[in-house]
Amino acid sequence: MEGYAALYIFMLAAFTGYEVISRVPVILHTPLMSGSNFVHGVVLVGAMVVLGHADPEEPVQLVIGFVAVFLGAANAAGGYVVTERMLAMFKGGNKKEGGA
Amino acid sequence: MANWFIQASYFIVAVVFILGLKAMSSPVTARKGIVWAGYAMVAATVVTFFMPDLHNVGLMVLAIVSGGAVAWWSGKTVKMTDMPQMVAIYNGMGGGAAAAIAALEFARGEINDPVVATLAVLGALIGSVAFSGSCIAYAKLQGIMKNAFRLPNQNLVNIGLAVLTAVLGLAIIVADAPSSTLIVLFFVLALALGAILTSPIGGADMPVVISLLNAFTGLAVGFEGYVLGNPALIVAGIVVGASGTLLTQLMAKAMNRPITNVIFTPLSGGAAGGEGEAIEGTMKEFSALDAASVMRYASKVAIVPGYGMAVAGAQHKVWEMAQLLEEGGVEVVFAIHPVAGRMPGHMNVLLAEAGVPYDKIFDLEEINADFPQIDVALVIGANDVVNPVARTDKTSPIYGMPILNVDMAQNVIVVKRGKGAGYSGIENALFYKDNCRMLYGSAQEAIAQVITHVKALES
Repeated sequence: MEGYAALYIFMLAAFTGYEVISRVPVILHTPLMSGSNFVHGVVLVGAMVVLGHADPEEPVQLVIGFVAVFLGAANAAGGYVVTERMLAMFKGGNKKEGGA
Repeated sequence: MANWFIQASYFIVAVVFILGLKAMSSPVTARKGIVWAGYAMVAATVVTFFMPDLHNVGLMVLAIVSGGAVAWWSGKTVKMTDMPQMVAIYNGMGGGAAAAIAALEFARGEINDPVVATLAVLGALIGSVAFSGSCIAYAKLQGIMKNAFRLPNQNLVNIGLAVLTAVLGLAIIVADAPSSTLIVLFFVLALALGAILTSPIGGADMPVVISLLNAFTGLAVGFEGYVLGNPALIVAGIVVGASGTLLTQLMAKAMNRPITNVIFTPLSGGAAGGEGEAIEGTMKEFSALDAASVMRYASKVAIVPGYGMAVAGAQHKVWEMAQLLEEGGVEVVFAIHPVAGRMPGHMNVLLAEAGVPYDKIFDLEEINADFPQIDVALVIGANDVVNPVARTDKTSPIYGMPILNVDMAQNVIVVKRGKGAGYSGIENALFYKDNCRMLYGSAQEAIAQVITHVKALES
């Protein structure tokens, strides 16, 4: 990827991240942290790519790749379940006035 | 499958992740947010299988299924009170995955460009720190690791280790083909750095650390995304890195503990800021019957729950008592300190689980001015967050931390297991105030007794 284009992506993504949660009520801090923990579980995709390109003749590469995919999948799956369980509590509840 | 389709899918995935996070920052849409993000994750994973020249697919499926299953099962079965350490450990795994990606790219000798090498090393360093740091955080919250472990000259050791790791990282970047010894040594040091940075940090600061490590993992994922030329990883990683940093700042602010203090001068006992001023007065004991009658004939009761209530699993009993009091015409509200529980918002989740409606739950800013009009403040298993020395005693380590002003209520009842000090080890001046009474016992039993007495008063 072009170096400068990537730099712009980094910059815009950083502002987006900052902006997206800037008005979050305190009651959602923990679920949101958990939710963002799930989102970086997309590292699984990167892990799959590197394992997919690892040399099948090299056990060390296979082991590292396996560990990467295993950990990435655990991050994604665990992050989802935990977040979903926390947010399920908000189902059907009376929403609080003012959103605070 | 055509490459354009894969790339287009990644683009949509990145957009949905951002919309999902946005939705998760409002209680009304939060649940939809995680579900959208979940679909996006599944789509990203499935699409990746169709990448050209992908080998080791069997091994890949095995890793996904085993890793996913272990985490899914543990996440489903864990108790709500133990959620924070689960977030920590899953986050650590993400950091570990990012570090392993870098390790494999170096092992394959695919990294030639210095910019790519720099970001790979940075991602590996941050990911490794997040991994080992999160493991320590998990061990502490889970109670496996009981004591804060502090080396002599901790800050010097931290800096020395960080510099040494950075030098090795630099050596990897400039080397044409870094030796495997160099790479292994770099990872060992980076992992040690994460462990050593986290181990002296006390339990009360843990949420801030977990949040910080969460932001770290995001950054590491973003950097490795650049190495792999995958914009979905870059966007998701950096968005989480930035939002995680903001969230960390919000939490640190709620505790009045600047992030640098959390890392470099951990709160431990009274040692951090001296002993504080001597507290005068005596603790006055109260019986469950006394507590029941005072609350039953009050017009407004504020319940201040802390982590002690959550570990005792007393939230259902407390809500039962609150409903009973309301039937008798008493107005009952819940007052939540931003860091009640183990993380901001954790207590709200626990109360929601017990069935407490949101309109009865008030934040610190919403309720603090009302305490003088409240007849009874019932403090259950909370300590430092209601300690008035945070307002009055400049020498106290918690001076300046925002607290719930329960001492200004007409009467204060503190439900507490024993006479010991709080999580931070600081004496609580509230307990010695004239308007404060102590109801000793585990939250579960004490509240059950109060319920019995309230019922007896009705008949």
